[in-house]
Amino acid sequence: MTAALPEHRAILSGVGISRIGRRLGVPPLELTVEAARQAIADAGLTAADVDGVATMGDTPHAEASAALGIEARYTGGGVDTGGLLSPLMSAVVAVAEGRARHVLVYRTVQMMGGTIAPPSDDPEEAARTTRVMGDIGSLLAHHAYSAANWVAMHCARHMHLYGTTREQLGAIAVNARANAARNPLAVYRDPMTLDDYLAARPVSTPLGLLDCDVPVDGSIAVVVSAADHATDLPHRPVRIAAMGGSPGEGGWVNRPDYPKMASVEAAAELWRRTDLTPADIDVAELYDGFTFLTLAWLEALGICGDGESGPFVEGGTRIALDGELPLNTYGGQLSAGRLHGYWVVHEACLQLRGEAGERQVAGDPEVAVVAAGGGPIAGCLLLTR
Amino acid sequence: MSVPRILPPLTDVNRPYWTGGSDGRLLIERCRSCRRWQHPPTGTCESCGEPAAPEPVSGQGTVFTFTVNHQQYHPEVPPPYVIAIVELDEQPGLRLPTNLVGCDPDDIRIGAPVQVRFEQHGEVFVPVFALREPAGSTAP
Repeated sequence: MTAALPEHRAILSGVGISRIGRRLGVPPLELTVEAARQAIADAGLTAADVDGVATMGDTPHAEASAALGIEARYTGGGVDTGGLLSPLMSAVVAVAEGRARHVLVYRTVQMMGGTIAPPSDDPEEAARTTRVMGDIGSLLAHHAYSAANWVAMHCARHMHLYGTTREQLGAIAVNARANAARNPLAVYRDPMTLDDYLAARPVSTPLGLLDCDVPVDGSIAVVVSAADHATDLPHRPVRIAAMGGSPGEGGWVNRPDYPKMASVEAAAELWRRTDLTPADIDVAELYDGFTFLTLAWLEALGICGDGESGPFVEGGTRIALDGELPLNTYGGQLSAGRLHGYWVVHEACLQLRGEAGERQVAGDPEVAVVAAGGGPIAGCLLLTR
Repeated sequence: MSVPRILPPLTDVNRPYWTGGSDGRLLIERCRSCRRWQHPPTGTCESCGEPAAPEPVSGQGTVFTFTVNHQQYHPEVPPPYVIAIVELDEQPGLRLPTNLVGCDPDDIRIGAPVQVRFEQHGEVFVPVFALREPAGSTAP
C-alpha cells in the first residue's frame, strides 16, 4: 500500500557499533568515528559518498563530519515526534525527498544516567526545563528525579489493574541476560536466574536494580540510503515497511488511559502505514530502559491485549531465541547496555540480514519490529528484508 | 525545615496551586463556564477553551498509584520516601503528583483514601498527602 510513504523510498544500508563498556575512558568522538566508519563500509560506501548526518547531538555532527571527512549538505537531529528515533526518521524523510542520498545517523553515549532532567540551581535554567518538560517540574518538586520513579508508578498501576507480577517483569530481564550471553559486545553476560532478579535491591518499587538498564560508553551508527542503493549493497538491504512516533497527550501523569504511554499512538501510526499486522512479526527488539517499558510496547503494538503482556512473557519460553516471538535478541539495554534506542535498530538489521551469528533467530526472519522510548517519548519502526 | 525541594518557578498561573496552602487551601483550576476541574493549571479550560480560575477543593482523594523510592538521587534527600499520584475526589482523572507522608509505606494501597497536608518552603506550600481513615470508620 501507499508507495508514496517516505519510508518506502529509503533503506537501512549499513550498521556499525563501537567498543561497548562501562567507563571505557575513550573520548566520545573516537567511539563515534569507530561506529560510523564501520557503518559506512558496511553500506558499501566511503565517507565521500555520505552527504548527510543526523544525531541527537551527543557528539556534534560538525565534529563527527570533520573527523570522518564527510561533507554534509543535510544535517538533522534532536528529539522530535519520533522520540529517540527522531534523527533516524528525519534522515529517512530527507533521503525520500532527495535532500540527501546517504545519511549517517549515530547515537553516542557515555554512562548516561537515568535522571532525565538534572536539578538546576539557576532559576532561568529551571524555568526553561519547566517549559520544555511540562509535568516533570511537578514530579521533581516531589523528589521524583528519575525516569525509574515515573515508570515505577506506571508499573504499579499496571500490576493493580491486571495482576502483573514481579516474576513476569523478571522474565524480561532473565531473557535479556540469556541472549546477552550470545553477544560478545554485551557488558553483562554472566548467567542470571529469576531468583537473582528477585533478590536484587529495590530502586523504586516495584522496580529493582535488575529492572533498570545498564549505563555504558559506546556508539552505534546506521546509514540511511536511497532505496535504489539496494542493488549495490554487499549484503541484503533492510527495508522500512512503516514508522510511527508520537509524544501522545498527558505526559507522565495525566493520560486518561494511564498506565498506557505514547507508545500507543506511535504504534497506531505505524500500523496505519502498512498492511502487515502484529501476527507477521518474526523478531521484536523493544526498548527496555526498564523492564516495564517492554511490557508497555508489547501491548501498544498489539502483540498482546491490554494487561496481557505479563502472562505473555511469563516463564520466558515464548520470548526466548527459539520461542514464538524472540525478544531483545542482543541482550537488551538491560544486559547488553544502554545505547538509548539504537542497539534495537542495529540488532534488527543483523537479524533480518541473517548475520546475528550465535544468536541468529532460526527460520530466516522477514519482519522485525523496533521500538524505543517510554512515557511521552515513543518511536517505532517495522523493518523487512 | 524538612529536606530541600526543587520547586518550579512561580508564575501567575501556577502560583495559586503552590501557595494556597498558606491558608490551608488546595487551589485547583476550574473552568468558569463548563465547571470542569483541571491540573496542571493553564488559565484556559482544556475542554471548552473558556477561562479557568483556581478554586479550593476538599483536599481529599485516593492513591492512584505510588512508588517507594530507595535510590538516592539528590545528595540532600535521603531515601526511602513515597512518591505518588493522587486522584482528587472532585473529579475522576483529576490527578496530581505528590508525596505520601506520615505513614509506613507497607500500609499504602492503590485506592487508599488520603488527605492533603502542606509542607512550607518559604512562600511555597507544597501539597503532600497522608492516609486518612475511610468514611464510616472509627475516626470522628
